[in-house]
Amino acid sequence: MSLLDTEPKDVAALPAVPATLRTKRRQLLSRLLKSKAATISVIILLIVVVAAIAAPWLSPHDPFANKLIQRLKPPMFSNSSGIYLLGTDSLGRDIFSRIIYGARVSLTVGVSAVAISGVIGVLIGLLSGYFGGKVDDVFMRICDVQLSFPTILLALTIMAVLGSGLDKLILVLGLTGWVPYGRIVRSQVMSIKNDEFVLAARAAGERQWRILFQQILPNIWSPVIVIGSFTIASNIVSEASLSFLGVGVPPSVPSWGTMLADGREYIGVADWLTIPAGVAISLTVLAINILGDWLRDYLDPRLKNIL
Amino acid sequence: MIQAVPPASMEAMETSVSNFAPLEGGLQPEPALLEVRDLTTKFYTVDGVVNALNGISYSVRKGECLAIVGESGSGKTVGVLSILRLIQSPPGKIVGGSISFKGTDLLKLDDNALRDIRGGAISVIFQDPMTSLNPVMRVGAQITENIMAHEALTRRQARDKAIEMLSRVGIPTPAKRVDDYPHQFSGGMRQRVMIAMALSCSPQLIIADEPTTALDVTIQAQIVELVKKLQSELGTAVIWISHDLGVVARLADRVAVMYAGHIVESAPVDELYARPAHPYTIGLLNSLPRLDAKVKTKLQAIGGLPPNLLGELRGCPFAPRCAFATDICRAQNPALLEVTPSHGVACWHDRLTGGRA
Repeated sequence: MSLLDTEPKDVAALPAVPATLRTKRRQLLSRLLKSKAATISVIILLIVVVAAIAAPWLSPHDPFANKLIQRLKPPMFSNSSGIYLLGTDSLGRDIFSRIIYGARVSLTVGVSAVAISGVIGVLIGLLSGYFGGKVDDVFMRICDVQLSFPTILLALTIMAVLGSGLDKLILVLGLTGWVPYGRIVRSQVMSIKNDEFVLAARAAGERQWRILFQQILPNIWSPVIVIGSFTIASNIVSEASLSFLGVGVPPSVPSWGTMLADGREYIGVADWLTIPAGVAISLTVLAINILGDWLRDYLDPRLKNIL
Repeated sequence: MIQAVPPASMEAMETSVSNFAPLEGGLQPEPALLEVRDLTTKFYTVDGVVNALNGISYSVRKGECLAIVGESGSGKTVGVLSILRLIQSPPGKIVGGSISFKGTDLLKLDDNALRDIRGGAISVIFQDPMTSLNPVMRVGAQITENIMAHEALTRRQARDKAIEMLSRVGIPTPAKRVDDYPHQFSGGMRQRVMIAMALSCSPQLIIADEPTTALDVTIQAQIVELVKKLQSELGTAVIWISHDLGVVARLADRVAVMYAGHIVESAPVDELYARPAHPYTIGLLNSLPRLDAKVKTKLQAIGGLPPNLLGELRGCPFAPRCAFATDICRAQNPALLEVTPSHGVACWHDRLTGGRA
């Protein structure tokens, strides 16, 4: 198919009105199904999302119930008498149920923290890239200050002051993660703002904020989405590491990170404590990355005909 | 029309235009649509001050087409961008002059009023149609956007108007093409879209900044014909910037020749081609290849390079390259004077009157 196809043959067959939401959705679906990797990623993510939402109904056991008599039971398939699908941990809690509940924490942390840092980063990047000068200086120095603190150390300090908790964890990850968005958006804006279409928009009497949000912003979505998908993934990992260090979510709350941390002492004798959580983290992260990559291509109108 | 600048303001033209004398505007029979007076724009760079525009004056009447010609860096684009205050600032700054559009000075307007004029009463077509459309917006959305910024229409009505404009500029199946992205158009078609966008709010003046330079010759001819047709249909005034004297001859009513930030000659198009008076204009016309020339005739060039606009220039800016230059040329810059009615030249030894020196 040619990109320079200026005179499509089936002109009459095409509707004169803009594509409705429904046909757009159908287009999205058919384009998605063309990519196997993206389809599989969507299925994995759907499973994770459903698990997170329907956790109370899906989990066979109470993820909080300690049964010391049942501790460190191996998974069902290696032990015919077992009643635990993926075995139990050191306190006798059902691992499968905890994995299901853990999806809640991981998804909430990953998505909300990305939303916070994305909004902050994109706004700062847009403003400092477009206006430059003093605005740029101030924002970029804030960026430098932010970068000079190791994220984990900063998070540890803040969590030590505020105490642990899911909301604080999200806030910390959100407030520390905006720098890559800011930097990349800024550089994209700087390269785009001198394009002739921005001058043309100014010459057409458009307001500054409209130029910024309507003309420039749509041009930089693709890197933002890519960073977004990577940082959802890295936030899930950060949550895991902070929980591992003991300052993430409270120990009783099931999260994939705390499960890894709890299981590491038993890795030699009971590897089923850590493997499910590790697999859950890697699969989710991988699926998000693949989907983000596909979404980037989907959103680029220049690639519409070849994808 | 170019008015003779009284010798009293010659000093003002040479230096900056802080003390220029306002000219008697009442003498003209019909008030001009756009009247630019002693417009001076400078760029304050780290290397020093670049005098991009050194007090240029011209006017455009309703329905008239003024062509501004000159080589790269002569200030053509800066001149028209200054009209709408689109010069990037910093480093650019309009330091003097006045731009009166239908009686209002655009340099004194506040931002809101200026925005209404930009894209409304005055619209701009840029040089490169490949980059002057937003690559991620459908062309219809871009035109609709422009219409809705200036007229009280619903999105639906604006869209219908966008389709009508696209058909007006000769885009086949506009109702379908309106939802295409810019990359789905060829260069000539994109320039048509730009023209449709420029015309969408029925402007009284269109500024076309080398709109055909990036196009091949056949498309160039089509675009020129299109603009001519639309101009006569709609009665829009046009300022056409070009370095292509062939295009200008077909389109313009008047021609202003720019050199180093000055207008050096200004005349009705036939007059300029028949009786060029400034040595630079003569050089430009001589450097055109001719169909009736003998085979293997060498192309004539103007020797030397345009002056560096950094810092103050002394004397006539063309003097270093001019075959007729004398001492006075190197000492003092000649003002633009009418040598015959409606034909203005800035030269001490112009070819029409034999000179004033």
